[in-house]
Amino acid sequence: MTAPGGEKVMIVGAGPAGIRAAERLVQAGIRPIVIDEGIKAGGQIYRRPPHGFARPPEQLYGSEARKAVALHTVFDYMVAAGQIDYHPQSSVLTIAGDFLQALTPAGRRDFTYDRLILATGAMDRLAPIPGWQAPGVYSLGAAQIALKAQGVALGSRIVLAGSGPLLTLVATQLLKAGAKIAAILDTSSIRNQAAGLPGMLARPGLVLRGLLMRAKLGRLYHAGVTLDRIETDERGPVGLCWRDASGRAHVTACDMVGLGWHLRAETQLAGLAGCTFDYDESWSQWLPRTDRMGRAAEGLYLAGDGLRILGADGAEVAGRLAATACLVDMGLPSPDARSDLRRLGRYEGFARAVARAFPWPGEMVRAVPDETVVCRCEGVTAGELRESVVYGGGEANRVKSLARVGMGRCQGRYCQLAGADLIAENAGIKVCDAGRLREQAPARPLPIGLWVRDA
Amino acid sequence: MTSELQPADLGGRIVRLAEKGRPQVRFRLDGADCQALAGDTVLTAVLVCAPAVRQSEFGREKRAGFCLMGACQDCWLWQEDGGRLRACSTLVAEGMQLRTVPPETWP
Repeated sequence: MTAPGGEKVMIVGAGPAGIRAAERLVQAGIRPIVIDEGIKAGGQIYRRPPHGFARPPEQLYGSEARKAVALHTVFDYMVAAGQIDYHPQSSVLTIAGDFLQALTPAGRRDFTYDRLILATGAMDRLAPIPGWQAPGVYSLGAAQIALKAQGVALGSRIVLAGSGPLLTLVATQLLKAGAKIAAILDTSSIRNQAAGLPGMLARPGLVLRGLLMRAKLGRLYHAGVTLDRIETDERGPVGLCWRDASGRAHVTACDMVGLGWHLRAETQLAGLAGCTFDYDESWSQWLPRTDRMGRAAEGLYLAGDGLRILGADGAEVAGRLAATACLVDMGLPSPDARSDLRRLGRYEGFARAVARAFPWPGEMVRAVPDETVVCRCEGVTAGELRESVVYGGGEANRVKSLARVGMGRCQGRYCQLAGADLIAENAGIKVCDAGRLREQAPARPLPIGLWVRDA
Repeated sequence: MTSELQPADLGGRIVRLAEKGRPQVRFRLDGADCQALAGDTVLTAVLVCAPAVRQSEFGREKRAGFCLMGACQDCWLWQEDGGRLRACSTLVAEGMQLRTVPPETWP
């Protein structure tokens, strides 16, 4: 539907960034189209359980309950008041020019728009370790979603491993809920974490909360570890083999492993929409290029963790800014953005320090044995990838064609970063020179029969 | 399967920690009667009574989901009518007939 500027605005994603973007547009008298994959709006960190669950927000979101409730409330109000055209449980499949195709519960649907705000969020950033393809190995985010949205633990004896704020947070939440955790293994050393600390003090409250959580984990937590492999039988994990900071080998018995190294921006749609990307050294990943407000191109705006990994608070600010940029570009009155821009700057300083404190384990990835599965979708091993670099050259898309790393149904979301490390190592080049995978539509699998019938 | 059986006896991998008092929902998995709770995703429902949702097409291992947020596409499973669904983003419904292997009619 059109309003003041006579233009149609579409928002993809209803997490903190998408919700705040929608709110700002509604305040300006615009009725945006909002499309989101969730059953309910909220995104991942403020994900709501399905109908029929009754735990209060304080139990689900802890110290962030007030923020979560505020977002849910404002969104539900906009839906009830008919202020937004909301399409839940719908996945965008492709973007071309001024239209996008989506898979909705009612089938295929095409949307046209004049301006597009992408608020697609982030996912766990994964590094391969031998055995991670086994059933019962999950991402850290999965462990959190299972607890928050379903009230379950994904195993009866859990090892959490990786690095980043989520490692401590998920461990804390699972322990509080009564799950049994055998070990919490952080690949970041105390020294790395200390190096990030000064920058993280831009948000002292968060640091304090994190340190208190960490202290409560006690002897379950180990810093500076190296993960060697997950021992499995046909049911899944039976133990995780690791070395502590002094190099001593350990095996921790478990039936579930949660893995994650901080976050990776979800950029598939940004790529399909034509964004330019730059390799970001502090986050060790490719991120879309925009101005400070989130403008990526004419009529294209980005906000939230899909642009910069600033977390939920930063996503709210970025969502407001992207919508403000949109209003400015439509020639409509817009609120002063200066205080939000200052806030965003502070959040970014903090976030870069977090990235420094909990770095991507590049060295560990480059050292994985040849038999390690790199691509979980199709079982492509590190050895097959290394071999393809030898005869095909050190470029991500060529390695994808030759070895199928990135060709599977997750479309490289979980193997691309590790793949780039292995390519760089074998070709003797820098990770940023290994290139990035070109996005291919559809961004999600779709039932081909439905497409044929509807075409 | 009956409700007094515990997940471990049946080979499930999920442990319920909270909100266990929701109404029961019946479904079938590989022809066996199973019970879940209203509000369970198909992934939760299946993994309470079984260790995996499907066999990997590219390796010997089975698969049991990975990201739970619709990104990895690891948890697609079959229905008796030949359709497939993504287990982490679909809620279980009374009478669902699910399969961890393709239907016999699948070519």
